[in-house]
Amino acid sequence: MIVVKARNIVTRFGDNVIHDGVSFDIKQGEIFGLLGGSGSGKTTLLREMILLQKIAGGELEVLDNSVVGISKENEKKLQSQWGVLFQFGALFTSLNIVENISIALKEYTDIPDKLIFESALMKLSMVGLPEKTAYMYPSELSGGMKKRAGLARALALDPKLLFLDEPTSGLDPKSARGFDELIVMLRQTLGITVVMVTHDKDTIEGVLDRFIILGNKKVIFDGNISELQETTNKELRNFLN
Amino acid sequence: MNNQPNVVFLRSAQVLKCQLIGNWTIQNIKKLYKKMDRLEGKRDFEFEQIVFDCSKIEEFDTHGIILILHFIKNIPSTCKIEKIGMSERFEKLFVACENNFPPSREKSSKQNILLKNLENLGRLVVEGYKTLTVFFSFVGELTHRGIDSFMFPNQIRFRAVLYHIENSGLMALPIIFLTSFLIGVVIAYQGAVQLEKFGANIFIVEMVTISATRELAPLLTAIVVAGRSASAYTAQIGVMKITDEIDAMRTMGFSPWNFLVLPRVFGLMISLPLLVFFADVVSIFGGMTVAATTLDVSFFEFIDRMHSSVDLKHFIIGLIKAPIFGWIVATIGCFRGFQIDNNTESVGRYTTISVVNAIFWVIAMDAIISVLLTELGL
Repeated sequence: MIVVKARNIVTRFGDNVIHDGVSFDIKQGEIFGLLGGSGSGKTTLLREMILLQKIAGGELEVLDNSVVGISKENEKKLQSQWGVLFQFGALFTSLNIVENISIALKEYTDIPDKLIFESALMKLSMVGLPEKTAYMYPSELSGGMKKRAGLARALALDPKLLFLDEPTSGLDPKSARGFDELIVMLRQTLGITVVMVTHDKDTIEGVLDRFIILGNKKVIFDGNISELQETTNKELRNFLN
Repeated sequence: MNNQPNVVFLRSAQVLKCQLIGNWTIQNIKKLYKKMDRLEGKRDFEFEQIVFDCSKIEEFDTHGIILILHFIKNIPSTCKIEKIGMSERFEKLFVACENNFPPSREKSSKQNILLKNLENLGRLVVEGYKTLTVFFSFVGELTHRGIDSFMFPNQIRFRAVLYHIENSGLMALPIIFLTSFLIGVVIAYQGAVQLEKFGANIFIVEMVTISATRELAPLLTAIVVAGRSASAYTAQIGVMKITDEIDAMRTMGFSPWNFLVLPRVFGLMISLPLLVFFADVVSIFGGMTVAATTLDVSFFEFIDRMHSSVDLKHFIIGLIKAPIFGWIVATIGCFRGFQIDNNTESVGRYTTISVVNAIFWVIAMDAIISVLLTELGL
């Protein structure tokens, strides 16, 4: 099953064309990467999938909903089916960590409060944060911890689809690998589809099932790591080094 | 296929078998919670073993598992728990959840309301005291730096001072014009009705001129500036603090005092007297307009009378107050800016506090000066 389907996407900021005919598919259960140099529009593409940015042309379907002209109702339904981790966590600073994680459960489900609390603590522990952080505020956490807490919040509603914007950037190597393992584990157990923007070579080699590389406003590569290593195209081979 | 989520209890002498059926997913938790609740009710647990039969589960997510774990947690450890018929995928998820499930803790006993209120009161007092001492040290350092920059005037950032005069002074002219004109009009109107009764029309001059120049023009100007600039200073400095700009300045050897605080304080202390002068003129003009239209006191008569019977001291007192008000507004604005913590909510909180404080202290200082000057017979 195809989870995200992109056909000839065009993106423009004023006269500045970012994407000109970008097409790809993301299949269910995949860990999919959006790669490319700085300014190639990876994050923009991610933002288009999560309805934060409008596309100027082409077609983009997420979980069988076209993002162009989506109704408010469908938008809400979509939003309850995905989780998003922003690059710097984007936790709500006025809420403590456990409140950050449980806010979506409180707003969108009728689960009893006792269970919501346990669920939040469990997700916190799953992303590798100690229990004492539960009552801390985002400003008291380090960058890496904020990221983990952000992931716990993204996982709160047991999403089918997880969007990660540079999940391992700014983490120490050990935490970064821990983060990778966590994502693989979540995919295995929850059957989540993961879409991530990443620069991390180890993540690209160890975690991604498939990825696209953006360049020259188009998709210049679509495949997996062994295909990339076998390619004769010099520019692409240099991408990894 | 029957997806209807359910749990069926099969009891035998010592064994309770729970047949879990259907979709144990986030949408169905509430329904299932009520059904499972029967398990929790029994504190004196009579079963030696509980078996969860998961073979008829269609879908499972973490919340379904949490529900089971929630009840397992409350079952006494003498009772054996077994899970059967779980597919490999669910098993993995279950283990991952079980390992991370929060251990049960003693519930913290509820605190006495009186104690809690007392604690809050104490906290408030201590925090107020702390803020006060911090404020005093801020003012101390400000004074020290201020004197320093008079000794070494080349340290003053004149460009920044001018920038703040333009932003907080010049840009405030339209709103100051509007408010002080209206104040002049209002005083004159209210006075006109009373004065006409006595036929003492000409006293409108004293009434408008003295009340406007001595009290109302300085006070209103300071309040408007407090609303405009105290908030802006707090937010600017606070956001600079959040984005580490202030730390960056420090590491490069730029003192935040010279770059941020002093230009703002000097800027307001210079621009407020100018604004007050402007407000004086405009509010008197407002009064004159009303006097001319409703009391038949022409502009010339008004100015003539003003010249002969209104002391210059009222006007001067108003102008002397202006830099003091400017100092209060700028100092409070900057001080609260440095208090902003590293989160977005505190920007809003301290910006509000800064405006409220600034307005309050402007009014309080005005009252103090009024009493002092009256005692001195001025």
